[in-house]
Amino acid sequence: MLQGLIEFFTAAFFAAGVRLATPLIFSAIGGIFSERSGVVNIGLEGMMLTGAFAGVVGAFYTGNAWLGVLIAMAGGALMALIHAFLSVTIRGDQIVSGAAINILGLGLTTYSLRIIWGLQDKPRVAGFAVWKIPVLGDIPFIGEVLFQHIPLVYLAFILVPVAHFVLFRTSWGLSLRSVGEHPKAADTLGISVLRTRYICVLISGALAGLGGAFLSIGQLHTFLENMSAGRGFIALAALIFGKWMPVRTLAACLLFGSAQAAIVRIPALNYSVSPQLLSMFPYLLTLLTFVGLVGKTTPPAAVGTPYVKE
Amino acid sequence: MDTLLGLENITKAFDGLAANDRISLDIRRAEIHALLGENGAGKTTLMNVLYGLYHPDGGQIRLRGEVVRFSSPKDAIRNGIGMVHQHFMLIPAFTVAENIVLGLGSVSRPLLDLDSAEEKIQRLSRDYGLDVDPSAQVCNLSVGAQQRVEIIKALYRGADLLILDEPTSVLTPQEVDDLFGVLRRFVDEGHSVIFITHKLDEVMQISDRVSVLRDGKVVATVNTADTTKEELARMMVGREIIFRVDKEPMTPGETVLEVRGLEVDTEDERCSVDLQGISLSVRRHEILGIAGVGGNGQSELAGAVVGLFKPTAGKITILGQDIADRRTRGVVKLNVGRIPEDRQAQGLVPDFTITENLISTHFFEPPLSRRTFLNFPVIGKLVSRLIGEYDIRPPRPTLLAKQMSGGNQQKLILARELYRNPELIVAVQPTRGLDVGATEYIYKELLRHRERGAAVLLISTELEEILTLSDRIAVMFGGEALGTREAGEATIEEIGLLMAGVRPEQQGEGVKSP
Amino acid sequence: MRREWSEAIVSAVFSLAPVWAVLGALLLGGVFIAAAGINPLDAYGVLLQGAFGSLSGFGLTIQKTVPLLFAGLGVAFAFRCGLFNIGGEGQLYMGALLGGWLALSFTDLPAPILLPAVLVASFIGGGIWGAIPGLLRAKWNMSEIITTILMNYIGFWFVSLMLHGPLQESRGYYPQSEILPQASWLPIIWPAARVHVGIFLALLVAAAVYVVMWRTTIGYQIRAVGSNPQAAEYSGIPVVRSMVLAMFVSGGLMGLAGAAEILGVQHRLSDFFSPGYGFDGIAVALLGYTHPVGVTLAAVFFGGLRAGFNAVQRTEGLPLALAQVVQGLTLILVVASVSLPRLRAHLLRRKEATGAARSD
Repeated sequence: MLQGLIEFFTAAFFAAGVRLATPLIFSAIGGIFSERSGVVNIGLEGMMLTGAFAGVVGAFYTGNAWLGVLIAMAGGALMALIHAFLSVTIRGDQIVSGAAINILGLGLTTYSLRIIWGLQDKPRVAGFAVWKIPVLGDIPFIGEVLFQHIPLVYLAFILVPVAHFVLFRTSWGLSLRSVGEHPKAADTLGISVLRTRYICVLISGALAGLGGAFLSIGQLHTFLENMSAGRGFIALAALIFGKWMPVRTLAACLLFGSAQAAIVRIPALNYSVSPQLLSMFPYLLTLLTFVGLVGKTTPPAAVGTPYVKE
Repeated sequence: MDTLLGLENITKAFDGLAANDRISLDIRRAEIHALLGENGAGKTTLMNVLYGLYHPDGGQIRLRGEVVRFSSPKDAIRNGIGMVHQHFMLIPAFTVAENIVLGLGSVSRPLLDLDSAEEKIQRLSRDYGLDVDPSAQVCNLSVGAQQRVEIIKALYRGADLLILDEPTSVLTPQEVDDLFGVLRRFVDEGHSVIFITHKLDEVMQISDRVSVLRDGKVVATVNTADTTKEELARMMVGREIIFRVDKEPMTPGETVLEVRGLEVDTEDERCSVDLQGISLSVRRHEILGIAGVGGNGQSELAGAVVGLFKPTAGKITILGQDIADRRTRGVVKLNVGRIPEDRQAQGLVPDFTITENLISTHFFEPPLSRRTFLNFPVIGKLVSRLIGEYDIRPPRPTLLAKQMSGGNQQKLILARELYRNPELIVAVQPTRGLDVGATEYIYKELLRHRERGAAVLLISTELEEILTLSDRIAVMFGGEALGTREAGEATIEEIGLLMAGVRPEQQGEGVKSP
Repeated sequence: MRREWSEAIVSAVFSLAPVWAVLGALLLGGVFIAAAGINPLDAYGVLLQGAFGSLSGFGLTIQKTVPLLFAGLGVAFAFRCGLFNIGGEGQLYMGALLGGWLALSFTDLPAPILLPAVLVASFIGGGIWGAIPGLLRAKWNMSEIITTILMNYIGFWFVSLMLHGPLQESRGYYPQSEILPQASWLPIIWPAARVHVGIFLALLVAAAVYVVMWRTTIGYQIRAVGSNPQAAEYSGIPVVRSMVLAMFVSGGLMGLAGAAEILGVQHRLSDFFSPGYGFDGIAVALLGYTHPVGVTLAAVFFGGLRAGFNAVQRTEGLPLALAQVVQGLTLILVVASVSLPRLRAHLLRRKEATGAARSD
């Protein structure tokens, strides 16, 4: 049994977990910003997918992977702009808006893919080279797990403490959180609820787009129809599991990423744990935690309700 | 210059009704100025205008000699005006320090420096005697502590004029004394305080001058030392009784509603008042009027009697039946008619039609329905009848409730609740926001049912309404029922004093010695 | 007088909102078609022809309409109670699972018994999967949005688990069940167009939803709770019970959507058998303004869109994904058109300085 565990939990396995967690981290952190400001964003999936496609198009036509990443973020932000407009300015239903973004994103990206590259062909882009971090990358086991990745992975990990810092150590972060908790009180202190929410939703779109870019440019070097495959929703589950806090959300993303890595690994080792059960696991865990923490899993108090200035 | 703030002819109207009607008053430096008045007198509206939350329709504000226009609270804050609202503007999930520094960051100072904030908070805390723990989470604080946080929030931003809106309604007597100490210290430094209240004791105790508001106008501004509680009560409350209704003297019959030692402890500390041992009874052919300024437990009493809240102690019986285990539908089944405080939130489903609203309490029983299917012919007949009887306009059964005027909405509720000739009627603020015609109609209805043999529990903040309709009067203050009197025996003065918290024993003291 | 007229015109415009949303979406879709170098008018001509012009196309439209109609009714039903059912996908799978399992366990039963039984089982399966989040919301105020999304995945993977194990076909190759017994299949009623009886079932259910919502005490309670839970409680209506019931029925309708697909079209239960009907249900319900008549029309519209774009793909070479683009655009425009009147009314009110007067 111990032998089996050692065989299973190799460095390669954990490294795969880290890689699979990366797109989740980007989207989930983005989602945190949006939700913390009071706007529900279930459209992360659509924003991620749009970013993935935009990134490939960008990288394809400019020949530069980094430019592709920037364009991916712009693509995600553009979708987010629609969501922000519908949710914040028009004060429409935020859930429906998010669902619409998902549908539109899937449709637009698939459509554009076929239009540009036809039914059979696929775009091919150069990705990123692996940056092995000097010294740290040579540490046995940990080196392979953490310090031998493409730069986007490092970016994701840096993003977490940055997000934490912005949210909890800056004035703007405090203001943004107050908008999500009690917009009326924030308003009486001169904080612009509308502007704050717009900015946060755009951030969430840009970051989700970044996550998509990792999938397309970073990992597969191409774009496949619906390649996000629900990761936007997993990111949503991760941020709930992480109680809307960046570091805990990182842990949740790593957990989910590892579960995904396990799905691939298990059949390779002839274990009898069913991959479906493993796929179900993150969601079941989140649901049970959510149910178990009744009343204690508190989202930002004013999330989901449009702000009406009297 | 002696005058810090001048309000000149401030006018503000909503829906054609003037909440502030050419109000002029001035606030001097280093004074505590009380703003006294009943519900609806215009106090909070005036302060919201001052604080930049409302724009006045007319008049101007003069601060330190200069005319100012505030387009938002931020302007007011920048000009040294701080406000402690009746409903606190604090973020429960944040700490005290976080709430206090909220919104004070800028591009040049982006980082949150809670340490120096805590230092400053503790300094202010010491200087003014406001005991707060900067690192405590607001949701864990008592109401009194939260209020102290709100005060420090204003002081932190350099408030020169502090406005407090009904600050003591949520405090214990000890906390009230502490608050007064803080205000005295603040004023001793040369700043000013506007103290909005309806409690006469406090006005006499803490203020230097007092302005009495009534019906949107200033009745008078006097030096506190030169006046008495009785005089203030008269100014605050006294008016002609407009309505003449024919009220037949009746002999009360059996007791329909009996409340003994009722205690309700609601979880929501900030927004509601716990009831402490209320006992009362209402008999057939009589109207018991509960007077009192809003926020002293009336909603909780009404809610307990109609089955919305479960009492934590005490007993409520209706026609001999203990309603302890009954919820709303159970009480309705005892043939109780309820007219709720809030038409739109409780009494009606605004998106439903007149028809749908008229059947909302009894739709599940025959004859209105038969084995889960609604019986539209029967319903239709009933609705036509009620529209005619109660003169509901416009007389279209498919009209949505939200499209109706306030008066017609109330008639709709009345029709629904009273057409079965209930044994007990619980009416809370039945004429709020209604015009003269609608008000008169409702008075006539209540009296008619009283004649018919119903027992009526009338809860209202409109004193003249209570005086017009009631056979007996009780006053609610701080979650208790004080002094039940026969209507004929009570004087306006006496009731005004009770409403303001002056207990029966304390009345008749004359001019209070400083 | 003039003000009344302009108000009337504005109201009329607003009430035709779903039509504007559809037209707007088609217009914007035309832009995307043009971007591909094809004349939008040609494309839309083929679309109409493909959806309604030929027998097989019409049949395809009907075939796609059935699950969309059930799903749309499901979302609409919950919406009327103020609840957002995004868990249609999971409920659909679980409903199909229970129904499929029943069919595979009792293969010898005759059709008049087996078919209704399977349908009822599907309803119950989806219903339970919907009632659980409903209870969590009604009693403990836990967001049904989060719980239903999570249960989508749990439901889907559970069915997949079953299909890789106990329910897998005996060949053991693909994650799908055996072909379901013919007695459980939805009979074809129009062979030339390959239309199965599901469409009549769906229309019947739509009518039933109408009757329940507006003619029974149950529907009354659900609508009251959805419109104003506080007032409903004040009138004595049991709020918790109504919410749970609404989610149960909603989930059940989703289960029927799943049943229609596996009994009418695919004739077996397989992994990934639903191309997202649960989510499409949201678009259908909202375009139809959550009323059975509107939902029916919306379902036909989206069904026709799918079928028509099938033809457009064949003849013009435009990707099928365009249907989804139009669907997404429609939904966005519907959201905007629903909220705009409210926003406008609010802004008008603010202009008249009728703020919320806080009483003293």
